[in-house]
Formats: sequence, C-alpha cells, structure tokens
Amino acid sequence: MNKPHNTFQALVFSLLSGLIFGIGLILAGMANPAKVLAFLDLAGRWDPSLGLVMGGAIAVGVVAFAIAKKRPHSYLGFAIQLPTSRIIDKRLVFGGLVFGMGWGLVGICPAPAFVLVGSGSDKGLIFTVFMMLGMVIFEVLENYRKPKNTPHKS
Amino acid sequence: MLIDWNNFTPWTALAGGALIGLATAIFILFNGRIAGITGILGGLIKPKLQDIGWRIAFIVGLILSPAIWKLFGSLPAIEIEAGNALLAFAGLIVGISTRYGSGCTSGHGVCGISRLSPRSIIATLAFMATGFLTVYVVRHLLGA
Repeated sequence: MNKPHNTFQALVFSLLSGLIFGIGLILAGMANPAKVLAFLDLAGRWDPSLGLVMGGAIAVGVVAFAIAKKRPHSYLGFAIQLPTSRIIDKRLVFGGLVFGMGWGLVGICPAPAFVLVGSGSDKGLIFTVFMMLGMVIFEVLENYRKPKNTPHKS
Repeated sequence: MLIDWNNFTPWTALAGGALIGLATAIFILFNGRIAGITGILGGLIKPKLQDIGWRIAFIVGLILSPAIWKLFGSLPAIEIEAGNALLAFAGLIVGISTRYGSGCTSGHGVCGISRLSPRSIIATLAFMATGFLTVYVVRHLLGA
C-alpha cells in the first residue's frame, strides 16, 4: 500500500523543489528568454551558457537518479515513480520537434514561464496562459480520440 | 562559430544548473516524482484528488522564486522581443506539443538524460534541433 501523496511533508518538499528549481533558473540566466535564444542562435553571437546549465543539472541529476533507481521508496516513504515507457514513437519525436519550434520562436519553455509570471512579466503571463490552454486542448483531443475506458497515460 | 564572450556566464550557468539538479534530486528522492514541469502541470487537468496539492505546491514554488531572489538582490534583466501574438502562438504550440511528446526541457532534458533514458535523449535531440533551426530561420533567413 503506497503512502498517499497529499501529506504536509509532500507539500513542503514539493514547494521547496519548485523554489530551488526557480532560483537555479534565475541564477543561470535562463529566466531571461533573450539569453536562451542567444544559445539557440548558433550562427549569430553564440552564448553557450544554456549548455552548461544542462551539464550542471545533469551532473547532479545522474547521481540522484542512480540512487533513486535502487530504492523502492523515497526518504519520505512515497513510492518512487520512474517512467517505464521505452517506446520511441511518432508522438515522442513529433512532440519534441514542435516543442523546439515554439521554444525557438520566443525562448520560453514551461519552467521559466512560471518564473516569468512570478517576476511580474506580462509577456511571460501571456505565454503561460496560452501554454496551459494548449495543454487543455491536448487533453480534450486525447479524450476525443480515445474510448472512455482506456486509462490515460502521461 | 563566434562565441559571445561578453555574455557567456559559465560559472553562474554551472551553479544555476547544479541548483536545478538539486531540485530534481530532492523531488525524486523525497517526493518520489520526476521534476518535469509538463507532467506536473498536465496532471492538473484531470487530477487525482491526492495529487492536486503537491503539483500546485511545485508550481507555486516556481512562481515564488523571483520573490525569494529579491530578498537578496535585484532580479536579472528579462528581455522578451516577441510580440503578444507570437507569444500566444508559441505558448499554445508548446502546451500541446510538450503533452504530446510527454515532456519538455525539464522532464526530458534534465531528468530524462540524468536517468539515461533513450526516449528522453531522442526527445531532447528533437527539440534542440528545431530550436536551433527555428532561430536560424527567424534571425538569419527571414532577418527579423
């Protein structure tokens, strides 16, 4: 029986993760869309910073996930839920390709979008509202395509 | 390739990246969950009751991070050249496509690569490729 995920501890650690994630983005300069676009502009004056952000995050992440893979439960006693799908399909590739287009158009992806909202950026808010609308549209289309009784997998 | 040495910030990039890594480490090792913003947010659309709280708490953490930063110093500049219509269009396709492809820069790019997931490595290569291509087309072919 898995411990339900709505304990006070779960909320505190979730909030803390979000905060540290956001502060990391700000420190790294990734809450500034112009700096993200400067990384994606290989043919212009190239700013490699985003590559080092990914490198720094992955260096820590590799250790964390190596530990997580060996544990059935988290330190708070929750089940460790790692994705199990290994299928490389059209959805994965096409989703990634289209996401890169949107990202390249404005330099904003989902996590920095919320940091921009918290910074009081009106433009960040517009992006975020439409991003959430896009997710709702996806959900509606998915439910339309699939019969009701198949469980939705995300 | 011309590196912009004036704006390249290797140390804060690495340190900020390490903090992002720390956040994902806390999330998987304490909450048992993947810190993928697409998944956290998308799961709120048809939520299981017990999953609403932690999902919102993570998003609230992201939103509050600039306020915490401001306790210690001023926020770095935010420069967004795109107009409102382009932002809305980009937001819309990012929302649909990240759900369709089951992840974004955080879920596939950071967590997935850290897990050495072949799916996430493919997804990251895909969005990086079109990210580079889109900026090339917009800035160098269309000359915006």
